Amino acid sequence: MSRYIMVIDTKRCVGCMDCVVACKTENHVPEGFTRDWITETVHGRFPTTNLEIRTERCNHCANPPCVHCCPTGASHVHARGGVVLVTPEKCIGCKACLAACPYDARFVHPKGYADKCTFCIHRVENGLDPACVSVCPTRCMHFGDADDPQSGVSRLLAARPHHPLLPEAGTQPRIYYLT
Amino acid sequence: MTEFTLFRHTPGIDPTLHIWGWEIPVYLFLGGLVAGLMILAGARLLIMRPHERQAMVCCTIGPLAGLALLSLGMLALFLDLSHKLYVWRLYLIFEPTSPMSWGSWILLLVYPALLANALTHLPETIPALAKRAPMLVTISDYILARPRLVVAIGLANITLGIALGIYTGILLGTLGARPLWSSAVLGPLFLFSGLSTAAALLHGILVFTTPDAERPEFADFLLSLLARWSQARPLDTRIAPTLAQADNSFLTIELALLGLLLIGHLSSTAVHQQAAWLLLTGPYAAVFWIGVIGLGILLPLFLQHLELQHRIRHTLAPSLLVLTGGLVLRFVLVNAGQASHWAAMLN
Repeated sequence: MSRYIMVIDTKRCVGCMDCVVACKTENHVPEGFTRDWITETVHGRFPTTNLEIRTERCNHCANPPCVHCCPTGASHVHARGGVVLVTPEKCIGCKACLAACPYDARFVHPKGYADKCTFCIHRVENGLDPACVSVCPTRCMHFGDADDPQSGVSRLLAARPHHPLLPEAGTQPRIYYLT
Repeated sequence: MTEFTLFRHTPGIDPTLHIWGWEIPVYLFLGGLVAGLMILAGARLLIMRPHERQAMVCCTIGPLAGLALLSLGMLALFLDLSHKLYVWRLYLIFEPTSPMSWGSWILLLVYPALLANALTHLPETIPALAKRAPMLVTISDYILARPRLVVAIGLANITLGIALGIYTGILLGTLGARPLWSSAVLGPLFLFSGLSTAAALLHGILVFTTPDAERPEFADFLLSLLARWSQARPLDTRIAPTLAQADNSFLTIELALLGLLLIGHLSSTAVHQQAAWLLLTGPYAAVFWIGVIGLGILLPLFLQHLELQHRIRHTLAPSLLVLTGGLVLRFVLVNAGQASHWAAMLN
């Protein structure tokens, strides 16, 4: 069994949006929509402020509410790596998954079906990294198998403090931000 | 201090309020109304005695209206789908964790149950229809000759009505990403709101069709045409006070459930508290307090109380207020729910 996760180093991310452009190009994401995006948060009071730049996308949750609420099985967990995917031919466009996602990671594709990040499973199955990871100029993004203790992502999580997004929502997200 | 900057600017995603438009609140309202009609029709079928058979407003008019209203609701639901040609996919699979899947299968059972209930007394209610289609008399006689079948139809209507009414609330209640909806109270709340709107609709039909009621001339003309065509006797209005009394009970329970929903959120996490304040003092407060609580529940409660005390005559006003209040409740909860969000914790 493999369990794909993404680890993003917020100390290295500069918010250049190369990942956003790479995703749009690789996956032919229609104009006006995006599968990943950049968020900046500044905490604290000057001069002791803390800036965190994050590249965000579907968290491929281990407890995915979008899959649980899907009435047709279009949203499903892929056997390889536990990646959450959508089968367009099964999706009726009811938008329950959009409402169920606490990360607002999904959108309705102009063709009518729900769309989102796939961790570029078509590339991963061919031994490549997701497009966003492969183009990152600061190498702040890491992709791999969390079940393999020797993988780069496992070693990073063991070595550095990290946090997922909205763990309190109970979805067990699988994108971790190194702080 | 926390500053939050999001580089998305995608109209398809932001603002999230645009996930569901008018179609879903309308569907939830009509679904609840039909659920209420089914429960009242089923209960009436079970307790009806032979000499009461003129009280057909529950047993025939209710299910017939239910069939039409449910079809309208299904149309609204269909209009909301963005991948319409694939709608048949709903019926290739049953997903036990998806309330929408439960709902689609429940809706499939609701139609025959409503139809069976309507057919039981249809020839008595609309004699002209029975003359044109004698098969209706045969079906009605077949059902009425079998008391166990009548009981089964009544029980099926009650059971499916409860399932349909609760499902319309659970549909939202299981979407935990929207804190306002994240409550088990939504199921019973929508069920009792559905019951109150159903009782109000039937009460309104009785009041409107009473021979001595004050009506606009065109309505009088249309009703006389309908009566001539259907050869129907005037509806028995003796059930009107019972319906008004039932409606007041449902409205009281609905008010208590709304209170429980808000208390539950206010005593929960920060995001749930923020969600509750959206209704209490936030951008939805005016519509919630005036449209739902004031005009939709308290005023009709008061008017129907006066009607039951024989201080005023039965009028259409409480029915129209309850029906409008039920619709506004769905709009407020669906829109405010979409505006409530866990992401509030990120900034």
